[in-house]
Amino acid sequence: MKILVPVKRVLDYNVKVRVKADGTGVDLSNLKMAMNPFDEIAVEEAVRLKEAGVATEVVAVSCGVAACQETLRAAMAIGADRGILVETDVELQPLAVAKLLKALCDKEAPQVVICGKQAIDDDANQTGQMLAALMGWPQATFASKVTLAGESTTVTREIDGGLETIELKLPAVVTTDLRLNEPRYATLPNIMKAKKKPLDTVKPDELGVDVAPRLATLKVAEPPKRSAGVRVADVAQLVDKLKNEAKVI
Amino acid sequence: MRESMEFDVLIVGGGPAGLAAAIRLKQLAQDKGTDVSVCLIEKGAEIGAHILSGAVMDPRALSELIPDWQEQGAPIKTAVTEDRVIFLSETGGRQIPNALLPDSFHNDGNYIVRLGNVAKWLGEQAEALGVEVYPGFAGAEVLFDEAGAVKGVATGDMGLTREGEPGPNYQPGMELHAKYTLFAEGCRGHLGKQLEAKYKLREGVDPQTYGIGIKELWEVPAERHVPGLVVHTAGWPMDSATYGGGFVYHLEDNLVSIGFVVGLNYTNPHLSPFEEMQRYKTHPEIRKYIEGGKRLAYGARAIAAGGLQSQPKLVFPGGALIGDDAGFLNAARIKGSHAAIKSGMLAAEAAFDALGAERSRDELAAFPEAFRTSWLHAELHKTRNFKPYMKKGLWMGSLLFGIDQNLFGGKVPWTLHNSADHTALKPAAECEKIAYPKPDGVLTFDRLSSVFLSNTNHEEEQPCHLQLKDAGVPISVNLAQHDAPEQRYCPAGVYEIVQEEAGPRLQINAQNCVHCKTCDIKDPTQNINWVVPQGGEGPIYQGM
Ligand SMILES: Cc1cc2nc3c(=O)[nH]c(=O)nc-3n(C[C@H](O)[C@H](O)[C@H](O)COP(=O)(O)OP(=O)(O)OC[C@H]3O[C@@H](n4cnc5c(N)ncnc54)[C@H](O)[C@@H]3O)c2cc1C
Ligand SMILES: Cc1cc2nc3c(=O)[nH]c(=O)nc-3n(C[C@H](O)[C@H](O)[C@H](O)COP(=O)(O)OP(=O)(O)OC[C@H]3O[C@@H](n4cnc5c(N)ncnc54)[C@H](O)[C@@H]3O)c2cc1C
Ligand code: SF4
Repeated sequence: MKILVPVKRVLDYNVKVRVKADGTGVDLSNLKMAMNPFDEIAVEEAVRLKEAGVATEVVAVSCGVAACQETLRAAMAIGADRGILVETDVELQPLAVAKLLKALCDKEAPQVVICGKQAIDDDANQTGQMLAALMGWPQATFASKVTLAGESTTVTREIDGGLETIELKLPAVVTTDLRLNEPRYATLPNIMKAKKKPLDTVKPDELGVDVAPRLATLKVAEPPKRSAGVRVADVAQLVDKLKNEAKVI
Repeated sequence: MRESMEFDVLIVGGGPAGLAAAIRLKQLAQDKGTDVSVCLIEKGAEIGAHILSGAVMDPRALSELIPDWQEQGAPIKTAVTEDRVIFLSETGGRQIPNALLPDSFHNDGNYIVRLGNVAKWLGEQAEALGVEVYPGFAGAEVLFDEAGAVKGVATGDMGLTREGEPGPNYQPGMELHAKYTLFAEGCRGHLGKQLEAKYKLREGVDPQTYGIGIKELWEVPAERHVPGLVVHTAGWPMDSATYGGGFVYHLEDNLVSIGFVVGLNYTNPHLSPFEEMQRYKTHPEIRKYIEGGKRLAYGARAIAAGGLQSQPKLVFPGGALIGDDAGFLNAARIKGSHAAIKSGMLAAEAAFDALGAERSRDELAAFPEAFRTSWLHAELHKTRNFKPYMKKGLWMGSLLFGIDQNLFGGKVPWTLHNSADHTALKPAAECEKIAYPKPDGVLTFDRLSSVFLSNTNHEEEQPCHLQLKDAGVPISVNLAQHDAPEQRYCPAGVYEIVQEEAGPRLQINAQNCVHCKTCDIKDPTQNINWVVPQGGEGPIYQGM
């Protein structure tokens, strides 16, 4: 069984961003990038399934600039077998990525695609769902437990009210939530080995996909600064303030 | 069982020194048509993530290493256009006429850089030449062979619990073996310190002396920005007995690098370098550059300032110390990046020749010999008395250093000596408390919101990387005698005295550490030992 794992190169979650002075976006020049944390969880899950003898091959895919190769190498250091870079300098939106992934699914015929539930840069939470729709496959989003058996997969999902367990027929799309697993540390020997694993590069037009953005960003702004809090003397004063100043009750 | 791997040369630390050494080795191999395997490890999450500097860079060494650095796209763009040295009083400032300044204060031909970005670029050059560069891995342990020579290092284990037991994600470190290992950990290297002790490298030399540099990066309004302007100040807010000074460097893109350095031989335990830096920014001569701007980044790093007389022996069987790990820094110019590069190149040349002669794990005596006849030695010799003069106080020290440099051109027949910084603290009761102003959230800030901008992080589930030799000393000595100075000298708020029913206790918030090494240097009884945490942790400076 082949598993395909899309991995996105995003700003490292420890690094603070700054909105550009002209409001056209955030300043990413020269900042440290890393693999989207939810995608690391997805790679880890796929590799565990391979180690358990359920899956036979784990293919990592990244769409974007040439530097996404580093993200693919990081996925291979966790244990993915090979990488595919869909290289483009165009700003990719979720629909474009979903179409690229569809083209690769048609070619690679994986049984499962494990995506992150969202990327921590745009927080769109769309790619996995769009891919499932384009493929006509079932989907299980926000997975906190995944079991694969034969023709189907059983997935426990994190939902507002608690946990939901569903069974899907394969092939299917699964998106990972935070509690699915804790990714391993990439060891130096594995990073060394990852450098030698195969990495193919294709261009969007070779896959017949038009990746031109469909949405235009009008403006990016920082959230308004929070004003300092006040200490209230007692509950009565709190209620009074909530009623009369904040007007929320 | 740890896996192991063999290289010709292993380099620990990806700063200017380590990267220059790696590049030089590969260049020599290319020139001679031979092959040398070179591996470099760096504890930061990427190359440059732990580099914090001023920095006004003298391009001399880089031009020797990569003569066409300009065409190769080095991020070195802003030439110094003007030097100002200002003596500050509390409210005013007096600029020293440039004609009176010693040569070492002139920056014609130098560049204002973000040294982290320069390191990142050097890292790319090294990789392109075939150096195996591994950021995210800390050299945690020096390995020795049966003959007692250094045979490499082991990277740290990952996924240990607080108690040091293997946790669910445990991964053992890896042994990296080499014919020669170059230690380029920067100021107060944690392995370098062990090597100095094991091979008695400090015998017959003065103790190293240090400063702590705290730095912020600001984006300022265009009208306040003077690209290429270099401002150095002495005087306020330091009293005349305490060595310290500030800098304001105007980079490109409306960016200003502003910092304050305090000599770690300060005596008053109430002093807080962090708060000195904060109030420094409120001085009219300084605030005029940053008012209306935005602070983008914060960090701190110790500086080895002892000069030649504090330099340890550079070589030992199996390796060498290079860059700030060996104290190659010109304290009078607060410049070490060129010295780091040059020392890395000289060590690389010695190692390459040794490899060519089929030698391994012996002493690279050719390195210190080449250093002694280099321009770098001449430069460091000339300014060797700067730091010791400064012990005589700012005015006397400046006068004496001025006479030394301007009348004698640095060729005075005497060499003054240094003493260890941790011995300098006086009892708190004998010293005046310092009332620092509250932060205003605009120009001045508190520690925690500052540390936030260093992007530092550490996994909490791991053994504390700030080790106490004796767990009682923080209370029985540090608190009792010096009012727990670590609460103030640590620029990241790592050390906190908390009052509990059973009495006061030292709490160590190790996650906040920015790897400046000040506690390892200044702790009065040397009770704090800084060791590397998991690789890839610590600050993530972006071009500091
Ligand atoms: C990559 C990534 C993925 C994540 N994914 C998820 C996810 O899928 N699901 C999820 O639930 N979380 C997720 N998180 C965590 C989430 O983003 C926030 O970190 C979390 O919700 C913060 O909540 P908190 O209240 O614990 O902490 P804080 O951010 O510290 O607190 C938030 C607010 O609570 C208030 N507050 C905090 N402590 C106190 C107190 N003691 N008393 C009074 N007020 C207080 C403060 O005013 C503060 O503004 C993720 C984080 C990362 C980095
Ligand atoms: C505030 C300040 C201002 C300065 N201003 C200037 C200036 O204007 N001009 C100038 O030329 N110089 C300046 N310097 C000095 C200059 O920054 C240093 O001389 C220079 O960075 C030294 O280079 P290095 O390679 O020896 O060490 P570093 O630059 O310190 O690099 C050492 C590297 O090794 C890594 N490392 C350490 N230990 C380990 C380990 N055990 N395992 C793996 N990796 C490890 C570190 O993370 C780091 O990346 C300044 C320094 C400071 C602090
Ligand atoms: S704990 Fe020590 S090394 Fe870490 S930031 Fe504080 S003083 Fe610096």
